[in-house]
Parts: sequence; C-alpha cells; structure tokens
Amino acid sequence: MLGTGLLQGLGVTAKNFVGSFHDPARLTTIEYPEVKTKLPEAYRNFPFLVTENATDPMGTLRCVACQICEKECPPQCIYIEKSKDKKPDATGKPQLFPAVFAIDTSVCMSCQICVEVCPFEAIKMDQVYEIATTDRFSALLLNREQLAKSNAYYHEIHPTEAAEVDARLAAERKAAEEKAAAAAAAKAAAAAAKASPVAKPPLTA
Amino acid sequence: MESPEQIRDRLLARFPGAEISVVTNPGIAAQHSLLLGAAHARAIAEFLRDDPTLKLDQCSNVTGIDWPEKEIVETKNISTPDPANPAAPPKVVEQKTKRLQPGFLEVVYHLYSITHRHGPVIFRLRTGNRTDQATVPSLTPVWRSCEFQEREVFDLFGVTFVGHPDLRRILMWDEFKDHPMRRDYVEPDDYEWEPTPHGAVLEKAKAHYPTPPAPAAVAPVKGAVA
Amino acid sequence: MSVSDLSALNAQRATPGARVREVHDSFHGDLLEVSMGPHHPSTHGVFRMIVTLDGETIVKLKPVFGYLHRNHEKLGETVTYLGSMPYTDRLDYLSSMTNNWAYALAVEKLAGQAVPERAEYVRVILAELTRLLNHTCLAGFLMQDCGCSGTPLMYAFREREYILDLFESLSGSRMMCNYQRFGGCRVDPSADWLAGAQKLTDRYGTFLDEFETLLTGNEIIMARTQGVGKLSPELAISAGVTGPMLRATGVNYDLRKVDAYGVYPRFDFRVPLGDHGDVYDRYMIRVLEMRESIKILQQALAGLPAGPIMDPKAKLRSFRPKAGEAYGRIEGPKGEIGFYLLSDGSPNPYRYRIRPPSFINLTVLEDMCLGHTVADAVIILGSVDIVLGEVDR
Repeated sequence: MLGTGLLQGLGVTAKNFVGSFHDPARLTTIEYPEVKTKLPEAYRNFPFLVTENATDPMGTLRCVACQICEKECPPQCIYIEKSKDKKPDATGKPQLFPAVFAIDTSVCMSCQICVEVCPFEAIKMDQVYEIATTDRFSALLLNREQLAKSNAYYHEIHPTEAAEVDARLAAERKAAEEKAAAAAAAKAAAAAAKASPVAKPPLTA
Repeated sequence: MESPEQIRDRLLARFPGAEISVVTNPGIAAQHSLLLGAAHARAIAEFLRDDPTLKLDQCSNVTGIDWPEKEIVETKNISTPDPANPAAPPKVVEQKTKRLQPGFLEVVYHLYSITHRHGPVIFRLRTGNRTDQATVPSLTPVWRSCEFQEREVFDLFGVTFVGHPDLRRILMWDEFKDHPMRRDYVEPDDYEWEPTPHGAVLEKAKAHYPTPPAPAAVAPVKGAVA
Repeated sequence: MSVSDLSALNAQRATPGARVREVHDSFHGDLLEVSMGPHHPSTHGVFRMIVTLDGETIVKLKPVFGYLHRNHEKLGETVTYLGSMPYTDRLDYLSSMTNNWAYALAVEKLAGQAVPERAEYVRVILAELTRLLNHTCLAGFLMQDCGCSGTPLMYAFREREYILDLFESLSGSRMMCNYQRFGGCRVDPSADWLAGAQKLTDRYGTFLDEFETLLTGNEIIMARTQGVGKLSPELAISAGVTGPMLRATGVNYDLRKVDAYGVYPRFDFRVPLGDHGDVYDRYMIRVLEMRESIKILQQALAGLPAGPIMDPKAKLRSFRPKAGEAYGRIEGPKGEIGFYLLSDGSPNPYRYRIRPPSFINLTVLEDMCLGHTVADAVIILGSVDIVLGEVDR
C-alpha cells in the first residue's frame, strides 16, 4: 500500500523521540563546556617536553637536542638550537640540551611522529584542546619553558604508556650503571694489578 | 596474464615499425612497463583495450613524472702501458667525461582489465623535451577516465595532450602561469610576515615586507635579526 | 548561449552516447548558465559546477575543481616516506584508516616489507569499520540532499560517533588517525578495545534495520531517486569509475575479491550488485555493503591471531626503499584508492601520486546529470560520494 514505508519511517522517528526522554543510553550529546567527556588514554593533541624534576624544569629536560624530531616533523613546526656546552642530565651524564626549542602550534598537526622517532623518550603527546588565543602569532609559538611538563603530568595523562616508558628507562639506566660499575671494577682491578708487583705476571721468564 | 615482453612482441607483430620497448623496474615490486612511441600510441592503446586476451578496459591511473636534464659524469680508467718498459704495470689515467642527458616529461598509464580481472599493464609515453615539444597523444578517446587525469597532468606538469577534447587547467586557476609539479618549479615567495620557526619562509617574506614587526616579544626564530 | 549551440555541444562531447534530451516546454528558449558552488551546501565542500540550463533541464555541466588544492603530491616529494602518512589522513578525511592502509600497502610493495598476520587482521577490522562509518554518513548526506533535513543524518552521525570513539581510543585521534605503519600498525589493540569493537559490530545490524525502516521503503525517497542519474556499465568501466558506483551498475569488480590483498581471501562475504545504476541503487549497494562489512568484522574479530603487531625488521627512521616504482591499491569505501610511488633510493619519494577515487568518479557527473533538473543534480552528486580533500588534493 502506498504510504506504508512513510508510516513505518515515522514510527522510527517517534520511537527515537520518545526513547530519548526515558532511556539515558539514547542521549548521545553532553552539555559542553559545563560537562566534559572523559578523554581516552590514547588521545593526543600537541607535543610537550618531559622534564624529570618539576622544580627545575629547564635543568632536567630529557631532550638532548639531537634534532631528529626537527628533521622528521612533516610540517616542519619544530625548531631547535643546540646548546654550546654540556650539562649533566638526570643520571649525571653530561649531555647537550636544547638552548632553543620552539613548536609552532599553528602548524603542528598532532601526528605524533616526533614522539615515535625520539630515541630519548623526551617528547610526548599532550591532551590539551582548549588552547584558543587572541594572538595568532606569538601565543601559538610555544618555547621550551611553555613546552616543558613534568613526568608526573605525563603519568597523569597517559598512565599505562608512562609506566612502560619509566620501566624501560629504569632498565636502561640500570644496565648502563652496571656496565659502568663493571667497567670501573675492571679498571680498578687493572689499576690494582698494575700497582702491586706481586700480582703482576712476570714479564720475563 | 602475458608478461610485458610477450605483449611487446605481439604489439610489434601487429604494428610493424612501432617504437616499443620494455622498461625494467629494478625495485622489489617488479612492475615492468612498456615504453611506447608517440606515433603509434593511440592505435596501440585501442588494441590493448579491444584485444580479446588482454581486454584492458579500465585505465585506472594516469601520472606524470618530470625528469629534468641531468649531467652524468662517467669515470673511465684508461690504462696505457709504458712503451719504455713493457714489463712495468701500465699507467692508469682516470678520465672523466661529462654528458648532458636531456630532460623529458613522462606520462605513465596503469591499465587493468575488469573483464578478465588482471593487471596492471603499465605503459609510458615520453615527450621530446620539457619546453617546446612537451606533447604526447591524448588517450581520452580510448579511455574516458583519462579525461580529468590528463587535464591534471597538463596542469601540474605542462604536458600537452594532442587530441584531448577539453584541455584546460583543472586544479590551478586559469591565470596561473607555471606547472607546480615540475622539479624546477620555484614557489612564490610573497608570504605574509609572521614569526615562525621556518627560517627559509621568513627569509623570503622579508624581501617583500622589509620592516617586519619587532620580533622582540616572540620566541627566537631561525634567521631573525635581533 | 542559445539553443542552436546545442547540436554543437552534443557533437563535442567525449562520449557519443551522452546526448541532451530534447525539451520542448514553455520555458524553452535561451539557455541560462548558473554557477552552483563553491559555497553551496549541496556540494559537500567547496566544489563548483557550472550548469547550463534549458528551462530547468541541465544541458551542460562542467565541474570546477581546485578550491581545496594544496599540491599534496608535491608535499609528498618534500617529506620522507613516513612523513606522508599523516598527510594521507587528510585526503578523504572520513576514511583515514583506509587511506593509511593504501599508502602503507604501496610502500610495502615498494620496499618488500612483510606484515605480521595480526596487523593484517587489525587492518581489515579498521577498514571495515571505516566502510561502515563512510557508508552510514553517505546515506545520511544523500538523504539531506534529497531534502530529509536532519533526521537521517543525525541518526547516521550518532552511529558514526561510536566508531570514531573506537578510533580515538586506539589511535589517539578521531579522524586523523595516522595509525598504519610500513610493516604493521602503530599500537596493538587491547582486549578492551576489541570487546568494544565486538559490541559495536553486534549492535550495528540493529541500527541498520532501523535506518532501513526509516529510508529504504520510503515512497518519497523512491520517487526522488529511482531512475535518476543512470549510469551504464560500459561508460562506468571506460570512465574508470570504481567502488559502490561501479557495482551499482552491475559490474562485479571488488578489489577485495580481485586483488585479494591482506587477509580478505580468508573471509566469507558477497559482493552486492545493482541492476539499474541509478541513485537508489547506489544507496542500496552501500546499505548491502555495510551488511557484508558486519559479516567480515565478525569473522575478523573471531579469528584475530595473537602475535606481534609490527614486523620486527620494519624501520621507522632512515627508511630508504631501493630504487624502483610500485603501484598499490585497495578497495576504499569510495572506490579504488591507489598510490603510485617512484623511489630513487633517497629518503623521500621521487614521485608520489595518489589515485583519488572520488575525483575520477566525477568524470561521469555530466553524463549522469544531463536531462535532469538541478534538484536531481544535487542528489546525483550526493550519490557519487565525494570528499573534497581528496578531489582537490
């Protein structure tokens, strides 16, 4: 019968209309900005630099200014200048650090490639999304002071990923320490051997 | 499906005197292609479309490639035996010859057969040079799908397709002069001045905007004067 | 332009079959040229058609492109192979997962990179979710073009939202996923994510039933779409039309079956075909394809093997394929999306070309619209399913 399809369609809309009043599952929208959805852990928007210690953010940047991210960034939004001198990083090893680290967020497309190519776990993805400003030039060009965020913050936004990263870094550090200790022990042993003529094997028979 | 060599042999038997050669693809994909001369391209394309065993009825993809002229330096070691002392090892002189490989534009067609579900058969057409002889025959009358794609190659590479029913710019605007996909294309430099880490952009912009706003309040930029 | 130009117009058409219908009504007289777009809500973005009208009948239609042109292919030559991956998201922004896959497939062909089995399954799951998302949205937009303002589109968007949530929790972004890599996928889906995907797959059929009750049998929609914008199989093949548009004309050609890429041969699914090649068929093909996608999703989720998600030999940095060229293509939701890559052994491709399905499908737009009214041209364009990010590149 002509019109049956129409009436059936109207039935669907009626069901959805009435349903939205009593079934919370049918309410798919929320009242932003009063209510906000919980972001999934994987959500990414704009990179930030990880610092080990929040009290001294510039002193404990993990970044060693290797410039790999600057080279790999598809829209070329990262700009790095290496430091002239070295200073000790969190493990006490002297490293270069970025004297200038700027990200142009008006160009950045949050693709996460800088994070993936970074060998030092120094740059990670943030979860900020309310970053509108009235100044489209300097306010969107973030420098390293604005980019530096603590490892604790990283743990807060990406708990699983951050725990993995920390475990990996700890393992690496431990391995490095053991290696250094072994090297030091070997050195000490060699030095001891050199110092004591008794232990020294006779050079001439 | 027949290999490109078999197709070439059949085409040569069908079109005696046509320029057909196989271009080997050195890569892992090993999708070899046929290089066709312009004179017989249209007839060969029709043959490929209508031949009952090939029946390449769909021209899936049309692409341009720019090969600018290239200076090739060949190094040859010439050994000349010492006439005074034939027993001594010959003197080796390194001789370098420079030769200019002329540039050309290339159009690549990827053909598939919907009837027989095989493919791709790839063939290429080359222009004489990159300036006054940048023409190849249009294959739009053979496969309708070439219509927009050939217009795109004309627009972005500057290849003129002889016999195309409606050869106009398609992506760039009509008044645009250059062909942006060519390797030697120089992009316009009249950017708006703004603080940016892109040093190259800023340098170009400076020429057009000699007195930029003082960059004191902003983060340092590559190449900026303090 | 006057009517006497009509014969000249017919003579210069690329296909001899596409003739203008002879109209003799009271409006018969001088032809009127109307520019539809680029800012027209029915053009799905910044697309423009220069339409020549005789009364209300279209006698000539010339599409104008390029308002969103950013020379994507040139950009691809200036960045590394990996650097192009996030740009492919921005081609057809409704189906970034399949764009990623097509590009990854082409590069894997070029570099001879193997992909682990689990990654192949995950790719199939994501591609079919993308197909659901794209076809649902298309049905909504098409109905919007027909004049059903809002309701079908909002229902479609409600379901799309659930799929986007899945994408977001897996890749970190709703639309710009940047998820596939050469030799696998970026992150391994967790058990929670797979449970979510399973739940959505189980529920999607119910939504489709509801959606079809709303639309498929609706007499007004049938009256508007049946017999409108007919496309013959011969012209469709010659014009390189691919995807649901080609299958709506009755040509059995689905790359998932023909090329058998990935792990598609392991799944049992059918290829729906149309009879008339009109707008209604193109709508129905998409609905039927969604039903088949659900079948594929069920099988892929059930058979997902354990194992690595990335090939351990895959290189992320300093990726330099051997010199050579490769063309890789997959069946995207809009048709055959292919990437042609030419490597000269450097980190950047020498030539990076995209075969955009919706751009090439537009070749036959004029042939489909001739003889119809402007209101029909709107729904014919809607049934082609274009995204301007891909058309203009």
